[in-house]
Amino acid sequence: MAEMSVNLCGIELCNPVIAASGTFGYGYEFAELYDINMLGTFSFKGTTKEPRFGNPTPRIAECTAGMINAVGLQNPGVDKVISEELPLLSKCFDKKVMANVSGFSIDDYVYTCERIDSCEQVGWIEVNVSCPNVHGGGMSFGTSPESAAEVTGAVRRVTKKPIIIKLSPNVTDIVSIAKACEDAGADGISLINTMLGMRIDLRARKPVIANKMGGFSGSAIFPVAVRMVYQVANAVSVPVVGMGGVTCAEDVVEMMLAGATAVEVGAANLVNPYACRDIINDLPRVMGKYKIESLKDIIGGCR
Amino acid sequence: MKQSIFTIINNAPLTRDVFRMTLLGDTSAITAAGQFVNVKLDGLYLRRPISVCDQSGDELTLIYKVVGKGTELMSGMRGGELDLLTGLGNGYDLSKSGDRPLLIGGGVGVPPLYLLAKRLIAEGKRVSVILGFNTKSEMFYENEFRDLGARVTVTTADGSYGVKGFVTAAMPENYTYVYTCGPQPMLKAVYDVSATSGQFSFEERMGCGFGACMGCSCKTLYGNKRICKDGPVLVKEEIIWQK
Repeated sequence: MAEMSVNLCGIELCNPVIAASGTFGYGYEFAELYDINMLGTFSFKGTTKEPRFGNPTPRIAECTAGMINAVGLQNPGVDKVISEELPLLSKCFDKKVMANVSGFSIDDYVYTCERIDSCEQVGWIEVNVSCPNVHGGGMSFGTSPESAAEVTGAVRRVTKKPIIIKLSPNVTDIVSIAKACEDAGADGISLINTMLGMRIDLRARKPVIANKMGGFSGSAIFPVAVRMVYQVANAVSVPVVGMGGVTCAEDVVEMMLAGATAVEVGAANLVNPYACRDIINDLPRVMGKYKIESLKDIIGGCR
Repeated sequence: MKQSIFTIINNAPLTRDVFRMTLLGDTSAITAAGQFVNVKLDGLYLRRPISVCDQSGDELTLIYKVVGKGTELMSGMRGGELDLLTGLGNGYDLSKSGDRPLLIGGGVGVPPLYLLAKRLIAEGKRVSVILGFNTKSEMFYENEFRDLGARVTVTTADGSYGVKGFVTAAMPENYTYVYTCGPQPMLKAVYDVSATSGQFSFEERMGCGFGACMGCSCKTLYGNKRICKDGPVLVKEEIIWQK
């Protein structure tokens, strides 16, 4: 019997598969298709203090083995998420959900995390530090150890829920940033967020995306994600959640061997709405093939 | 929404770059005219959204224009199978049509109006259709609409066939409601000259096509909407013109 459960920051997951933020809405689009309780959990749409429309369209571009998105954190704002989205979610999901939060200032993060701290349904808070800091010249919080640690420390003070800091790969030394977050009180690290990319329309000689650049995701980025998960997992002692181009059960196993305790599936959900279900259903076969009795045993197993 | 495998039974050009593909499969998720399917193609990451032109029993008809890699791949298919997500989008609401609805399609915006015309005529409505094209060689489906029993007017921008000018050059006197699909400048022109309320079908680059990624959002007077899930059909009263 394949044992798929893992423990993420003190909460048991029946399997390590987590649908990634921004590819799974607030869950109910997918609940029409399959019982989403089969997931380890999912990370809901990036939520901010104020409601946001996001960037102008077009926001999506096709790439070889991937896509670029520049949605820009469209969401109804944390108050509406709590009053409207979470009650709807409770009708189709009875597990702890991961709350993904973003902000453009330390105060934004603190406000949003404080509000979410009171939500019984939320198990973990995944803090996206890839957004620009409006008080810091527009540089992303996640690009320096100091500012990433500052966000981590600030949200640490307002919630007892496990905090997982979601790191951007668009940095020179991701290990130092991960360590700084750990030192500032993070309970876990998730990575990688999308890679900055761009496409140009040959006919129009203009960027395909209105925002010019956006986040590149999809199976093309998987090797980069595995490398960064491996580097970070070998440098921190808190659990690491691996993501970036995960498409199949083999990818989940590979991420775990690299050091991931749990694995998020992102862009794959947009192409195959059943991606998470299919991956979970296929995991026992892949475990059997590679003689894995319990997934817990392979975390960081790559030597 | 449903994901299933369809079999291609026919795929042939209607004009130089507009093709009609007929498929067989499980069409049960298609509930309204004006909905679309999202097509998985080998070698491409994202699916390609294509409007439903017709559906009857297990048979599905798609009409698409070759504009990029995805539609180019589709145009070369001579059989085989396609992985489709079906039943996407809200589609047109027939209940608002009144007795004499006016359907206005521009170019590759024409196809979804076919199933709409068919259903409205089946309900006993007197349907008028304006089909707008750039030039005669790009024209398609005039006779197909006529065979349904619709009153059809064709416009061409260069005057090579039918009424010379854009679709708005052929607006009739009396109609009870407008249903339209086409390029955004055409939608805006119809919005400006139409005397009644109506439903307008929009296009946007999509990620998923089923409401998960928020890639195709637009602002409306009724709040933010996802073209793929809350649209592609918007009612006249909610439209905010952006571009």
